[in-house]
Amino acid sequence: MGVVHGQEMVLNIGPQHPATHGVLRLQVKTDGEVVSEITPYLGYLHRCFEKHCENVTYEQVIPYTDRCDYLASMTNNFGYVVAVEALMDIKVNDRVEHIRVIMAELQRIASHLLGLGAFGLDVGAFTPFLHMLRDRERILDLFEMTCGARLLYNYMWVGGLSHDLPVGFVESTYNFLDYFEPKIDEFVNLLVHNKIFVERTADIGRMPQEVAVSYGVTGPNLRASGVKWDLRKNDPYSIYKSFEFDVPVGEGGKGSVGDCWDRFYVRVLEMKESIKILRQALASLPKEGDIHQSIPKKIRPPKGTIYKRTESPRGDLGYYIESDGTNIPYRLKMRSPAFTALSVIDEIAAGWLLSDVLAILGSLDIVLGEIDR
Amino acid sequence: MTVDFIFDLLNQFLPGFSGNGFLLLFAMLIPCLILFGFIAVYALVVIYAELKVSSFIQDKVGPMGQGFGFHAGKWGLLQPVADALKLLTKEDIIPGSANRVLFIMAPFMIFIGAFVSFVAIPFGESIIVADLNIGIFYILGVGSLAVIALILAGWSSNNKWSLYGAMRSAAQIVSYEIPAGISLITVIIITGSLNMQEIIAYQQGGIFNWILFDNPFIPVAFVIYFISALAETNRTPFDLPESESELVAGFVTEYSGMRYAFFFLSEYANMFVVSAVAATGFLGGWQSPISGYLDSPGWSVFWMMSKIAFLIFIMIWIRWTVPRLRVDQLMNVCWKVFLPIGLINIFGVAIWTVLLGS
Repeated sequence: MGVVHGQEMVLNIGPQHPATHGVLRLQVKTDGEVVSEITPYLGYLHRCFEKHCENVTYEQVIPYTDRCDYLASMTNNFGYVVAVEALMDIKVNDRVEHIRVIMAELQRIASHLLGLGAFGLDVGAFTPFLHMLRDRERILDLFEMTCGARLLYNYMWVGGLSHDLPVGFVESTYNFLDYFEPKIDEFVNLLVHNKIFVERTADIGRMPQEVAVSYGVTGPNLRASGVKWDLRKNDPYSIYKSFEFDVPVGEGGKGSVGDCWDRFYVRVLEMKESIKILRQALASLPKEGDIHQSIPKKIRPPKGTIYKRTESPRGDLGYYIESDGTNIPYRLKMRSPAFTALSVIDEIAAGWLLSDVLAILGSLDIVLGEIDR
Repeated sequence: MTVDFIFDLLNQFLPGFSGNGFLLLFAMLIPCLILFGFIAVYALVVIYAELKVSSFIQDKVGPMGQGFGFHAGKWGLLQPVADALKLLTKEDIIPGSANRVLFIMAPFMIFIGAFVSFVAIPFGESIIVADLNIGIFYILGVGSLAVIALILAGWSSNNKWSLYGAMRSAAQIVSYEIPAGISLITVIIITGSLNMQEIIAYQQGGIFNWILFDNPFIPVAFVIYFISALAETNRTPFDLPESESELVAGFVTEYSGMRYAFFFLSEYANMFVVSAVAATGFLGGWQSPISGYLDSPGWSVFWMMSKIAFLIFIMIWIRWTVPRLRVDQLMNVCWKVFLPIGLINIFGVAIWTVLLGS
C-alpha cells in the first residue's frame, strides 16, 4: 500500500478528554487518522507530594501516599511503611503481615478491575466497565468494613495497622472470592475473546522486550512483553515468600507478544493469581496478634538512606527515603511505575491510528495522580 | 393516497371552500403533523427503552422513581420527558468561530432527512401517507441526505473533533449505502416492484411466505442489510463518527440544547426507518405471521410496530454488548466482505428466481 502524505494537523487530546484517565494532555501530530508523533504533557495534577513530605512527620506522609495512586491506595501505603520499617529495623508480627498481604491483593484486584474496565471503555465497550465496577464495589465494601474508607484508606501504619479486621471479614472475603472467581471467566468471554475486541487490540501497540526494559517499564506492562519480573517473586518483601503463585507473562495469545491484548490478558491472569494468594493468606491468618504491637512511640529513623520497592498493581513502586535523624524525612522520592509506563507511549504508539493511540494509552493503565504526584 | 382521502374529506365538510388550494395544503400538513407527533412520542419511548434495556444488560436498575412527584415517575417513566425538557431549556450556544448559517442549518437538514422517509412507510393496507411507486428507492435516497448534514455539522463547528467525526461519517455512510442497497436489490428481484405496498402484498399468507424464507440467499442479504443499517445509523459497533472515548462527541461536540436534541432525535428516527425497511422487505411488513389471523387494519399496525420494535431492540442489545471497530476495519468489512458477498448474492437470487421462481 502506498503512503499518501497530507497536511499535518496538531491535535490536543486532553486535558479534558474522556480517554485520558485523568488530566493528561497528549499533543499528537496527525496526518488524517495516522498519528506520527505523541508528546505527553504532565503536571495538571501536580500537588508537590515530595516537597510536602519534607515538611510533615513520617506518619503524616501516609495519607499523602494514598492520594498518589488513588486507585491502589493500599499498595501505596504498603510500599511506604515497608520502606520506613526497613529504615528503622522494625519487625511486625505475623498477623499484621497477613492482613497487609490480604489488603494489597484485594487492592490489586480492584485496581485491575478498574483498569481493564476503563480499557474496555476506550475501545468502545461500555457494559464490561460497569460489570467490573460492580465487582470492584464489593472489594471497596470489604475495605469500608475494615477501616471505614472506600478510596483513601490510611490503613497501613509504620509498625502496624490502623484497625484490626472486623468480625466477619474473613467470611465476607471468602464469599467475595467464591463469587468473583467465576466472574473472571465471564469477563474473558465478554471481552477477551470478543472478535471485535481482538481486532482492536491484537498486534496493536507492540512493546518489544528491549524497549520495555530500556524505558524502565515495570509491572503488568513489562510482563506482557514477556519478561518474568515480579518483585513479589524476584525481591520478596513482607511474607510473599511463603505463598504459592505464578507470574503470568504475555504469550501473544491472539497476536504477538507485548501487544495491547497481552497487556489486557496478563492483568486478567494476575487477578486469578491474586485470588490464589488471598485464599492461602486467609487460610493461614493467625488468630492472635496485636496489630498495634510494633508501632513505635516516636518515629525517628536513624540517620541514613533507604530505597525499598514493592509491587504495586502498576509495577515497581519505589520509595527512596533520606533520614537526618529527626521525625521529618529529609528527602523522599517516589518512583512511580505509571510515569515510566507513560514515557514509552511515543515509542510504541507513533505510526498507529488515532483510535489505536487511545487503545494503547488505555492498555498501559496509567493513573495521573501518581504520574504528577 | 392518504392526502387525497383527507382532501376529499375536507371538501365534503367545507363545501364553501371546495377545490381550494389551501385545503390541499391542509390535507398535506395534517398527516405531516401526525407523523411529527408520532416521531416525538416514539423517540420518548425508545429513549426510555434504551435506558432500561442498557440497565438490564449492565446489571443496574436504570431510571427509577415513586409515583408522579418530582422524581422520574413510576419506574422512571418520565425520565425521557425530563431529558427532553432539560434539552429544551438549555442555553443555545453557537461557537464564536463557527459558520453560523451552516451550523444552524445542519440539525434541520439531518432531521428532514429522517422525517421525509416516514411518509413512505406503510403501517397497514391503507395506512400510509404517500404510497409512492418507488417507495423503497425513495427511502434509500432521502436517507442519504444525512451525510450532507453530518458534514455540514462537522465543518461548520470549526472544531477538530467535529471535523474528524464528519470525515469518518461521510466515508462510513456513503460506503455502507452500497451493501444496504445491494441487499435490497435481491428483494426487488423477487417481488419485481419498488412499491412498499406491493412488496408487502407479495409476502401475503403467513410467516413462510415472508421474503426472508423465500430462498436460501435471502437470510444472508438480510444480515448484510441489518449490519449496514447499523452503520448507516451510527450505532455501535459503527459509532465512529461520535465515538465518545476517541472524538469526545464527534460531529455533535459543539452542539447543545435543542440542536443537539435534533441530532439525537434523527438518530432514533433513522433507526425506525431502517428497521421499517427491513421489516417491509424481509419480514412481511404489516402482515400477520399467521395467515388470516389478527389481520384487521388495527392489528396490521400492531404487527408492523412489533416487528420494528424487535429490530430496534436488537440494535440496542448490540450497542451495549460489543466494542467499537476501527475506521480502517470498518472500511474493510464494507468493501472486502459485504460487497463481494452481496454481489454474489444478487446472482444467486437472480438465478434462483429465473429457475425456480413463480
